[in-house]
Amino acid sequence: MPDGTRPPRLTVDGLNAWYGPSHVLFGVSFDVAPGEVVTLLGRNGAGKTTTLRALMGMLPKRMGSILFDGVETIGLPGRRIARLGMGYVPEERGIFASLSVRENLFLPPEIAPGGASEEEIYGLFPNLRERRFSRGTQLSGGEQQMLAIGRIMRTGARFLLLDEPTEGLAPVIVEQIGRTIAALKAQGFTVILVEQNFRFAAAVADRHVVMETGRVVDTIPNDQIGASMGRLRGYLGI
Amino acid sequence: MFELIGIPPQALLGQLFLGLINGSFYATLSLGLAVIFGLLHIINFAHGAFYMLGAFAAWFGLTHFGIGYWSALVLAPLIVGAAGIAVERLLIARISGLNVLYGLLLTFGLALVVQGLVRNFYGSSGLRYPVPADLAGGKNLGFMFLPWYRGWVLAISVVVCLTTWFVIERTRIGSTLRAAQENPGLVEAFGINVPRLVSLTYGVGVALAAFAGVLAAPIYSVQPEMGADLLIVVFAVVVIGGMGSILGSILTGLGLGLIEGLTKVFYPEASNVVIFVIMVVVLMIKPEGLFGSAQ
Ligand SMILES: Nc1ncnc2c1ncn2[C@@H]1O[C@H](COP(=O)(O)OP(=O)(O)OP(=O)(O)O)[C@@H](O)[C@H]1O
Ligand SMILES: [Mg+2]
Repeated sequence: MPDGTRPPRLTVDGLNAWYGPSHVLFGVSFDVAPGEVVTLLGRNGAGKTTTLRALMGMLPKRMGSILFDGVETIGLPGRRIARLGMGYVPEERGIFASLSVRENLFLPPEIAPGGASEEEIYGLFPNLRERRFSRGTQLSGGEQQMLAIGRIMRTGARFLLLDEPTEGLAPVIVEQIGRTIAALKAQGFTVILVEQNFRFAAAVADRHVVMETGRVVDTIPNDQIGASMGRLRGYLGI
Repeated sequence: MFELIGIPPQALLGQLFLGLINGSFYATLSLGLAVIFGLLHIINFAHGAFYMLGAFAAWFGLTHFGIGYWSALVLAPLIVGAAGIAVERLLIARISGLNVLYGLLLTFGLALVVQGLVRNFYGSSGLRYPVPADLAGGKNLGFMFLPWYRGWVLAISVVVCLTTWFVIERTRIGSTLRAAQENPGLVEAFGINVPRLVSLTYGVGVALAAFAGVLAAPIYSVQPEMGADLLIVVFAVVVIGGMGSILGSILTGLGLGLIEGLTKVFYPEASNVVIFVIMVVVLMIKPEGLFGSAQ
């Protein structure tokens, strides 16, 4: 929870977004405190990915307010938002087929000092070192996810948006990604995590923001998750 | 062996060499078209007009300001490339995201306007641009006569093409360009100015065309339709090679120039159409082109 002493890093207020003519987000509001890991939960099609894309400035039409470190970003192009220190790992991982692993790693420009070095990333994900000259899309799903996360850690961004990083991955890799997120949190990174894997979410998050049909319908602190289980089951249909 | 079929080796090698010269223009122009298409999804029908403008800029500089060939080789691509960036910013950017036909029509119209303007001022009879004094003459190699200027055109074209390939495939800016071809939205979300990259790419593609135009000025006559005539062949080259591969454009351009030269030796009547015949055959057998990837 925002502790009241430090201003939130991110305040989303009344966010509306559209894909062409179809209105998808209807007044989404939530905030994220520095160093906090917040999940977005919700059924398929609830608007979680769209929320991240709107934060990243990737949707042509969006309205409302997104204050990021005190800067209003609702009208900024995506490149400016990235330069403010927001790093994005998309749901489909976004590994470029025509780039080698290493070229993928070095694609996003450094936006702040203090990003992970190439060696540190290979230390965290040893598979990537072995495959660094392969084409990006010759990687396994898990390796692609590692690359997508490592790629963002290199930039020095300290506010990360991770869209379903565990989707479709084997348990060992899910564990490895969980450890990575915990390590990032320990280093003071702020994370918004979209997750379907509820157990995974509960293990790493401070707070859960629940979405339904383009709206925020509930916010549950992680320490009350046990007590709120019934409610949550209802939202998620599990 | 050549004598057996009644063709002296001098004639054969001479024609092959001329074919390679033509091929180096095909390669340079189709390379620019491929790079532009890859990022902008525009079939740049104005490419021939920019080639012609390059040649005209060289002629104009020489005639009115005494600017020599070597300076023109640098200045004309810069000036015409800058004009290309302006065209991209002011016109092409407005129709980005629309069907590829709109870009085709826009650049086609633009080419006609530019050609018309140049014709209006300079007529269509063709202007003479002298071979630079440093490269006048040539050398008899025994098996063929090598004009220095044409040797230079072939050599520098190959260098320019390979440099372009190197920049795109092996450098940081090249990997950014390839990534932006695949997923511009995500590249933008990483903090890269994609619209600027798009303008720059168009500018560089256009500058390549203008560079080829300057190279061509002392060989072919400088006239408003010089680019339009060449561009039709170049489009056939692009169809044959496929849009996918940079190295493919270079090889296809040079290779088809050679084939054209060979045809001139063995069956001159067909030399103007052989590339189009190959295009039709390729379209039947491998519609995505020899080096293109099926999509
Ligand atoms: N490119 C698009 N064009 C039009 N509508 C879209 C597009 N992408 C998503 N939508 C719609 O927007 C709504 C929200 O989709 P979104 O991808 O944000 O859901 P999500 O919560 O991430 O779902 P999932 O858990 O399946 O990833 C859905 O109704 C979806 O159909
Ligand atoms: Mg999603």
